[in-house]
Amino acid sequence: MSIEKFKPATVYTIYIAATPEKVWEALTSAEFSTKYFFGNSVEVDLRVGGAFIMRTPDGARHITGEVFECEPPRKLTVTFNVNWPELIERLGPTLVSYEIEPAGDAVKLTMTESHDRPLSDDVLSGGRQGWPAILSSLKSLLETGQPLVVKMAPPQRMLAALREIGIKTP
Amino acid sequence: MSKPAFVYTTYIETSAEKLWQALTDGDFTERYWFGHRVTSDWSVGAAYRFSNRGKPMVEGKVLVSDPPRRLAYSWDVVKEGAARERASRVTFDLLPRGKVIKLVVTHDEIDENGTTLRDVSAGWPMVLASLKSILETGHALDIDPAAAKDLACA
Repeated sequence: MSIEKFKPATVYTIYIAATPEKVWEALTSAEFSTKYFFGNSVEVDLRVGGAFIMRTPDGARHITGEVFECEPPRKLTVTFNVNWPELIERLGPTLVSYEIEPAGDAVKLTMTESHDRPLSDDVLSGGRQGWPAILSSLKSLLETGQPLVVKMAPPQRMLAALREIGIKTP
Repeated sequence: MSKPAFVYTTYIETSAEKLWQALTDGDFTERYWFGHRVTSDWSVGAAYRFSNRGKPMVEGKVLVSDPPRRLAYSWDVVKEGAARERASRVTFDLLPRGKVIKLVVTHDEIDENGTTLRDVSAGWPMVLASLKSILETGHALDIDPAAAKDLACA
């Protein structure tokens, strides 16, 4: 797989009063991710070719992938594939990249979700709904010690679009 | 929404009333909006203006004022040295989600031949991150001066 083929579909930037090292730790450790990533725990083998796994609270492998770029504490790029039947066959792989840059006493965190083919706004709507909540909660966690409790409905628009193209959603 | 447009969503642990006040009170905007102070009576059709140390930066008219749910105004960059562009439009939607507010900022009706889209795409994430910080921690963000200078163009 060549990451050059991937084009950004969703970009989200947020500024956080923290050090780059602390933001890196929050993105790559289960202790943090369970608090801000809808309860999911991240496991990542921090080397190019290493495994990336996001488990749901019951331990199931919800998202799996591979590390493509790893430059602590500046850049992490992984494939980020949701393990729903037929999803990867129909949509291709998803690439997620986190870039961390110093900005004064704060840090600029940019999340880019990319795909190797054009996808509809309906399919992309799930990520576009989820990322702002996840990364807003990450910011709160690092700045206040507490994540956000966001009441959020399931991404119905995306789920309907996925079902329509034969992907078996939960 | 008309294209090109910039849409940004963030979630803030606060009340809709406090968030409304944070968007409309000049003493407060000056603290987190990197020195930009807003003045208006916030009635529909009224003028508003952002100024920084007394110098006008952005101005326009209040288009929607439905506290604490929706605020919209036209956006005309009047900063000294800025190229003249057609005025664009900013809409703030404050949506309660449990203990937090989902804030959606939509900047549209942007002049496709100008720099507004680029400027506001860089500027809004900084302003809204600083707004979230001040409401949740009491402290605005301290972002580097070069970044804040870009922002002043927005």
